[in-house]
Amino acid sequence: MEEHMNLLTTVLERYGADPEALVEILRDLSQETGYVSQELLVAVADRLQLPRSHVHSVASFYSMISVEPRGRHTVQMCQDAPCHVAGGREVWQALEETLGIHFGETTPDGEWTLQVTSCLGLCSVGPVITIDGEVFGNMTHAKVQELLGRYRGCCCGGSQGGAA
Amino acid sequence: MTYRANILISSSAPGAQAVEQALLEKIYEHHLDGEVQVMQAATLGPQAQGVELVIYPEGTHYVQLTPEDARLIVEEHLLKGRPIARLMFKGIEVEPLEAPASKEIRVVLRNVGKIDPGNIDDYIAVDGYGALGKVLTEMTPEQVLDELKRSGLRGRGGAGFPTHLKWTFARNAPGDEKFVICNGDEGDPGAFMNRRVLEGDPHAVIEGMAIAAYVIGARQGYFYVRAEYPIAISTLRLAIQQARDYGLLGNNILGTDFSFDLEVRMGAGAFVCGEETALMQSIEGARGMPTTRPPFPATKGLWAKPSNINNVETYANVPQIILKGGEWFASMGTEKSKGTKTFAIAGKVKRTGLIEVPLGVTIREIVYDVGGGILNDKKFKAVQTGGPMGGCIPEKYLDLPVDYENLAKVGSIMGSGGFVVMDEDTCMVDIARFFMEFTQDESCGKCVPCRVGTRRMLEILTDICEGRGQPGDIERLEAMAKYIARASLCGLGQGAPNPVLSTIENFRDEYEAHIYEKRCPAKVCKPLIEYIIDPETCIGCTRCARNCPVNAISGKPKQAHLIDPSVCVRCGICKQVCPVNAISIESEGKLAAG
Repeated sequence: MEEHMNLLTTVLERYGADPEALVEILRDLSQETGYVSQELLVAVADRLQLPRSHVHSVASFYSMISVEPRGRHTVQMCQDAPCHVAGGREVWQALEETLGIHFGETTPDGEWTLQVTSCLGLCSVGPVITIDGEVFGNMTHAKVQELLGRYRGCCCGGSQGGAA
Repeated sequence: MTYRANILISSSAPGAQAVEQALLEKIYEHHLDGEVQVMQAATLGPQAQGVELVIYPEGTHYVQLTPEDARLIVEEHLLKGRPIARLMFKGIEVEPLEAPASKEIRVVLRNVGKIDPGNIDDYIAVDGYGALGKVLTEMTPEQVLDELKRSGLRGRGGAGFPTHLKWTFARNAPGDEKFVICNGDEGDPGAFMNRRVLEGDPHAVIEGMAIAAYVIGARQGYFYVRAEYPIAISTLRLAIQQARDYGLLGNNILGTDFSFDLEVRMGAGAFVCGEETALMQSIEGARGMPTTRPPFPATKGLWAKPSNINNVETYANVPQIILKGGEWFASMGTEKSKGTKTFAIAGKVKRTGLIEVPLGVTIREIVYDVGGGILNDKKFKAVQTGGPMGGCIPEKYLDLPVDYENLAKVGSIMGSGGFVVMDEDTCMVDIARFFMEFTQDESCGKCVPCRVGTRRMLEILTDICEGRGQPGDIERLEAMAKYIARASLCGLGQGAPNPVLSTIENFRDEYEAHIYEKRCPAKVCKPLIEYIIDPETCIGCTRCARNCPVNAISGKPKQAHLIDPSVCVRCGICKQVCPVNAISIESEGKLAAG
């Protein structure tokens, strides 16, 4: 926790402890620690002299700010129309099946979090997913399994999840 | 300084950083850095081809590059003058950088891919900041407004409100402190026009904002950019710093008594923040929820001060209008919609990507002449414009000239420029459901019609797609659409029913097939389709059975196989792996009988 408090000081300095930069401060904290814990939210509120309710309402509003722990890897899928038209629903299903969780959830072993993202502007190579921020385009059902398999450190790409 | 070679590299492609680094290291190693200039461009060419680079003056276009390829290019092409044929782009080259397709006119995109966005001198060399200089030294704010009025420029964010009027309201609003805001929260599905402008020509937007600030009397401006666009944000920050260093932002710009500075604010992933009042809430550090209008931002905007908010593309047009005159701009377009518009063509067309065309070109010209026609030469079905608040325009309007009024007339909107093309394999009910999923998810929850209404509509649409549609559903959707559009607080809710209404209007037969016959004519909706193996064609290779994730396929080797529809999850893998195309999708409405 002390580590997080030090990070909070760094992030606050980055924005001059400006309460107007609350959205940015929370987003940076979320990205750098994985999620903004209750303790951290309270600390942000105290340091910026904002009501705790206000800080929580902002943190829970934006999709890029997480108030719950996330997995070691975060998979995001573009939820927008060009990716959908290019076969997005199959990729969507493949991700849920392969990981055995629904979008917005984290696997029980804490390895994977599955999220949607809005358009990344990479529509010409849709469907697009990102894994820990790295972009993969032209996804298919088969490529999802292969790719996730690679991240799991095995080449078989075997399904551990709901499809079994 | 002149270089013997200029290299453009597609900086937004995955893996581009490593390639660029390898390229630069090799260039330094051979002491070519005085002869060769490397510039970042967001994307090159009409289709994304991995990491790409183009070497000028000869225009050699290399694609799908690895860091190793980059090193080879330096040693072979740059050092020894031997181009590497195997790495070159071999598709239909349309020379997008020098010669846009014949129907295109580049005003907003004129510098994108041609100048180095990281170097303000490049922008100044193409008359950059000339318009700001002219405005500050030769023109009164009223003259600027007159010029804008003559140009007929309308807001490029979607609604198409005349820009000169918006600026006049903010100018006339009482108050000492005013703000200029640029809406770069481009969130419409498949629309990435603003990203390209911010990444490729950031100074044009900065200059446009400074001119707006001069007109309305603001000293401070904000860029609100989505956090999903990290390159745009870093490019913009660099550009602002360079403009400050040159005295083009800050106090007493160009020696006049006009002072103006800019700050970049980032979003955090909320579509509704593209709505202007929600965006201002977000800049203030709050939940991005819309507020009721009036009061409009022009009188009570950011921190309750008069504010002018425009889209990236609107601002980017302004310097050109000042330099070339309003008449020049008004010479392009239709009677009420002047100038050009950028569109992001996506979906089932051969050439996806960003285009800029004069308003008034027809949908057919965009799809076939600029976009190259439908992928795999299939049949055009509809185009969806305007993002999730827009509508689907069917084939019968292919020859409709695209402008604000015409799109509204056929149940869609201009929006920010999304242009998603759909072919015969697209199910329009599924598309309507898809967009409703999106708006339902992005609804901020403040007002009931939007929060509850979109959810109820989505439930009905899901039922229809999954074979549980009932007579009366279409009428229920229509009635709810009317209430939601009329009673919602902001544009998101007001526009949310558009995709449903326009698909019902133009493709009612598809809705009816789903509801009454439990059949999906486009063979998309999974619960309404079956995968069937043609026993005549099947060679019994067992590949489908081995790849089926749920063991739904049975059959002996060298004999025709069979799919058990009660086990099949309709994932489509069998169809993909079949070497003889023996597997087809059927939607005969059989399920209705069962």
